[in-house]
Amino acid sequence: MPVDRETVRRIARLARLAVDEGQVAAMETELNALLTWVQQLEEVNVEGVPPMTSVVEQRLKMREAGVTDGGYAGDIIKNAPLAENHFFVVPKVVE
Amino acid sequence: MARDTDPTRFTIAEARDALAAKDISARELAQAHVDAVARARSLNAFITETPDHALSRAAQSDARIAAGEARPLEGIPLAIKDLFCTQGVRTTAASRILDNFIPTYESAVSQNLWDAGAVMVGKTNLDEFAMGSSNETSYFGPVTNPWRARGRNDDLVPGGSSGGSATAVAAHLALGATGTDTGGSIRQPAAVTGIVGLKPTYGRCSRWGIVAFASSLDQAGPMTRTVRDAAIMLKTMASHDPRDSTSVDVPVPDYEASLGRNVAGLKVGIPKEYRIDGAPPEIDELWNRGVAWLRAQGAEIIDVSLPHTKYALPAYYIVAPAEASSNLARYDGVRYGHRASGVSDLTGLYERTRAEGFGREVKRRIMIGTYVLSAGYYDAYYLRAQRVRTLIARDFADVFQRCDVLLTPATPCPAFAVGAKTADPVSMYLNDVFTVTVNLAGLPAISVPAGLSHDGLPLGLQIIGKAFDEATVLRAGRAIEAAADFRAAPQDWWRSA
Repeated sequence: MPVDRETVRRIARLARLAVDEGQVAAMETELNALLTWVQQLEEVNVEGVPPMTSVVEQRLKMREAGVTDGGYAGDIIKNAPLAENHFFVVPKVVE
Repeated sequence: MARDTDPTRFTIAEARDALAAKDISARELAQAHVDAVARARSLNAFITETPDHALSRAAQSDARIAAGEARPLEGIPLAIKDLFCTQGVRTTAASRILDNFIPTYESAVSQNLWDAGAVMVGKTNLDEFAMGSSNETSYFGPVTNPWRARGRNDDLVPGGSSGGSATAVAAHLALGATGTDTGGSIRQPAAVTGIVGLKPTYGRCSRWGIVAFASSLDQAGPMTRTVRDAAIMLKTMASHDPRDSTSVDVPVPDYEASLGRNVAGLKVGIPKEYRIDGAPPEIDELWNRGVAWLRAQGAEIIDVSLPHTKYALPAYYIVAPAEASSNLARYDGVRYGHRASGVSDLTGLYERTRAEGFGREVKRRIMIGTYVLSAGYYDAYYLRAQRVRTLIARDFADVFQRCDVLLTPATPCPAFAVGAKTADPVSMYLNDVFTVTVNLAGLPAISVPAGLSHDGLPLGLQIIGKAFDEATVLRAGRAIEAAADFRAAPQDWWRSA
């Protein structure tokens, strides 16, 4: 099996998802089922095949380096759960 | 046009003509749809209804029409998938984590529609963050398909993720709707609700202002009751947009005009890998009828092979969750959306907010995506999947040397019962077996209603085209539509007084 419970806890931490101990076993089963299913890709010979980076062949456009947008801090914080004077408020991170 | 015609029975093209002829006002047209939406709440197709918006915009449309300044979609009532940000109107992505989010900006696609005169009747329900094939993962509850099996009263799913949009169009709550399609989320619900769904070429419509799921696969498109209406809507939805660097700067043709041509001489490929074990025989039978219809209209039928088809779904379920895990990192409880209360440290705030805000399927995909991108696994999973994706795109490129379009079934089965596939994620994912290949290759494809299953439920056929050749996709779709002459309609059992 590709993942064990410790891996589930590690991935949840990386993904910043709180996982109750009771959910770990269920997640382990689900993730293993999916990862086992996708392992059929190992049958495919991908020798020398480049990974896809863009489905449409196009050169990205260049533009002038310059400010094109901005000046509405009120809009930016409008949906913030907690804001003060155009700043987002988070729990204290520096003692 | 007689004034006693129920305006919700119009197609977009018919409504456009009736408005131009002043047989009906935009206000009357909007009111009829606002009323239909209010009477159909049992379907749960809408997360947010916007009757005031619809009626005030319709009044503006009437003024435009009176002044002889009607725009291409003047006064046309549309439903908008609740994944498109709408200025001043709550946009949830059907997630608890955005259930109080009111955008201060408008998505490019919806702005294009409003600039063309369309009016909005509401924001439609969907699978949470568009992750699902049955609309059952929505935080706001499942959507019910207007169709029921012959002689039965069981609730069926409308497909997903654009299940609310599909239901709104099939139940005549809007003349058309926007959808988004990452692995089949326009075409699959369209097929199982008996309507038309078009996924344009990747880059045809701007993704700016659409809540992101998997950015290299997501594409907006129209959901309508006729192929002509899809052509009309796409013309307005498509545009080049510098704010989306993947939006392609190519001319947008007059798709409606291209419907005038027939399919004589068109080379139609039939990919043998789409004949799958275990699919009900009626799916193959419908496909065979589609082949006969196109042949009878002068198309040349060519048997082709897309050898990597069976690897599309597993590749998708690495690539899409990987991109989703990255896109959904932004939901942190700090800048917008839900925030867990009573947490005193920052990491804990992130973890609790996301645990409370995301549903089970979204968490599952974030976990898979984080795993396949994590150190030590990136090459084995993500990089390999992207190589397989190249092979899938090459399969299509090869057959399009010899074909103009491909014809396939749209789904492996008709609409199924609520709860039938929620216990096994892989069985749910298999609903997209015929649609997901197209997303991986970035190609345009349309699902057109083509017949009924043995128990009276709609089934669709899919036309896949070359990149940026939506015009030919629509033309072939129109040929299927004309031959199928699909007139079946669901009984309106959902209407409340």
